[in-house]
Amino acid sequence: MKIHEYQAKEILRRYGVPTPQGVPCFTVDEAVKAAQSLGGKVWVVKAQIHAGGRGKGGGVKLAKTIDEVRQFAGQILGMQLVTHQTGAQGQQVRRLLVEEGANIAKELYVGMVVDRGTQRVCLMASSEGGMDIEEVAAQTPEKIHKVFIDPAAGLQDPEADDVARKIGIPESSIPQARAVLQGLHRAFWETDASLAEINPLILTGDGRLIALDAKVNFDDNALYRHPDLEAMHDLDEEDPAEVEAAKSDLNYIQLDGTIGCLVNGAGLAMATMDTIKLYGASPANFLDVGGGATTEKVTEAFKIMLRNPKLQAILVNIFGGIMQCDVIAEGIVAAAREVRLSVPLVVRMKGTNEDLGKKILADSGLPIIAADNMADAAQRVVAASKGKN
Amino acid sequence: MSILINRNSRVVTQGITGKTGQFHTRTSREYANGRNCFVAGVNPKKAGEDFEGIPIFATVKDAKAKTGANVSVIYVPPPGAAAAIWEAVEADLDLVICITEGIPVRDMIEVRERMKKQDRRTLLVGPNCPGVITPEEIKIGIMPGHIHRQGRIGVVSRSGTLTYEAVAQLTDLGLGQSTAVGTGGDPVNGLKHVDVLRLFNDDPDTDAVVMIGEIGGSDEESAAYWVRDNMKKPVVGFIAGVTAPPGKRMGHAGAIISGGKGTAQEKLAVMEACGIKVTRNPAEMGKLLKTVL
Repeated sequence: MKIHEYQAKEILRRYGVPTPQGVPCFTVDEAVKAAQSLGGKVWVVKAQIHAGGRGKGGGVKLAKTIDEVRQFAGQILGMQLVTHQTGAQGQQVRRLLVEEGANIAKELYVGMVVDRGTQRVCLMASSEGGMDIEEVAAQTPEKIHKVFIDPAAGLQDPEADDVARKIGIPESSIPQARAVLQGLHRAFWETDASLAEINPLILTGDGRLIALDAKVNFDDNALYRHPDLEAMHDLDEEDPAEVEAAKSDLNYIQLDGTIGCLVNGAGLAMATMDTIKLYGASPANFLDVGGGATTEKVTEAFKIMLRNPKLQAILVNIFGGIMQCDVIAEGIVAAAREVRLSVPLVVRMKGTNEDLGKKILADSGLPIIAADNMADAAQRVVAASKGKN
Repeated sequence: MSILINRNSRVVTQGITGKTGQFHTRTSREYANGRNCFVAGVNPKKAGEDFEGIPIFATVKDAKAKTGANVSVIYVPPPGAAAAIWEAVEADLDLVICITEGIPVRDMIEVRERMKKQDRRTLLVGPNCPGVITPEEIKIGIMPGHIHRQGRIGVVSRSGTLTYEAVAQLTDLGLGQSTAVGTGGDPVNGLKHVDVLRLFNDDPDTDAVVMIGEIGGSDEESAAYWVRDNMKKPVVGFIAGVTAPPGKRMGHAGAIISGGKGTAQEKLAVMEACGIKVTRNPAEMGKLLKTVL
């Protein structure tokens, strides 16, 4: 689960990581009031969306007067902000963060992820703040310093100090750097984060460290023990079809293609998408109906796929293991009737009670195209989507 | 022979009193030698009772002492699953197979760290995996037994149904399997592709291996380098997720391309460079394996 920058900063502050003073705002008036209450001579007006690259897209502005705050807030609120992470259509800005300006002497990077190789949390730090860490990793990997943190001991003082020195933090600021790094680690660990990044972490002219931007993602599997964090979830930032699917316990991801896929199992679902691509079309979605697909779930899955205006055909690929093909076949027939299916449907079934399932489909009188294997199914659905069946 | 499990394995089910644990213990017991293999269940509140004749013990340690169980399978719900793994490790079993999906990563980091620090010998398969099967001997997990045939091909994969797909293709071509292992879809887990390949390499009854991977992490790459330097038997491969968009978690918690890393193309390229024949068509996994025999 992703959250907004202002929420991430709220969490970091709880763990002793300094951030600029700031106020989240939903309207222009709130932004103006926020700037007035913050005082000072310079304010930063920042679009709050769940995507990086906001500055380059015009979603972050430096205001030197209250009038400018009003003007920028008006421009940014409601805009479709396009960044390298949003896709071409962009993401609508519904929230702002108005912050006091900061005096930047140096921009650094610190972040944490779970490292699969060592199976530990990895602290990454770099003197190259303010740019994408992927870019730094690609161009100057020697500038990224890593610590693989022992989960029982936490981030030790010497480890924190050593990394801080390596990224060029002056001796006088080392105690503060230690507090920031250890605070970041505690925040990561205690909130069950999957990613926590401060980019940039700035060193001010007077030697203070401040988290100028922050990003925190959480492990979905652990949200059950953090109801307070779950409450931060902003559904406006998610794809509406994905939100709808999640309510029915379906794993759905909207894609750009024309062929809808309904598959049981994540690996098989990805493989089905790949096969469609291999035969010349593109998948419209990823959809894993999971192990216990009922008629209701299949019906809901069809409805969600059919809401996609780009959809030209549907491929159902089921490997019946625990899930029996005849049960799925009945679900497909019922769902196809209920939603009055408007696009060609290709079904490939394999596994437990396969013959029974195929018979149910054939006897239904519905124009369902049967396929023998994954390749055959993909070829048929691609042809059908182009009107060649 | 086979790897990890065979007709002599003795299995304790942790979570035997839940709906999932009961369903799959029943189907596993009905498969091949299951009636002899599934000897115990664990539930601290129901010790002394039984599940359809399988005695229930308070702890894994008790179950081991009373029945000689050397393998555990876990269906315990996510909040208690990591603790269940640790209990089986502390009881010094040979192998723990954790089926449970949805365990917090932090819990897995803690249990894996403890296993390494204490240099425990117990092997872990999973979590979030379909289990392990040695066809016509023993099935431990949720895979459909009837699609498997005894034979000499090893199968290792992170996914469930995609593994069944590969197995069914092999069986249709008359190629039986020595053992099929699902290592699971989570980012922090037990045995990885490379560990399973090592076991297949040493198994005199395995002639070749199908290795199935997916986006996310670099397990497939590490395995490929190991194959290049050590493997004496042919390996063929498939990677799911060529069409997966970056930054999206594709069903499995571990199936995510992050920071441009873990793409299917990258993995396929490394595998090919290491001498592993790959196909980009999942319908051809079985056929490809046949070409290398």
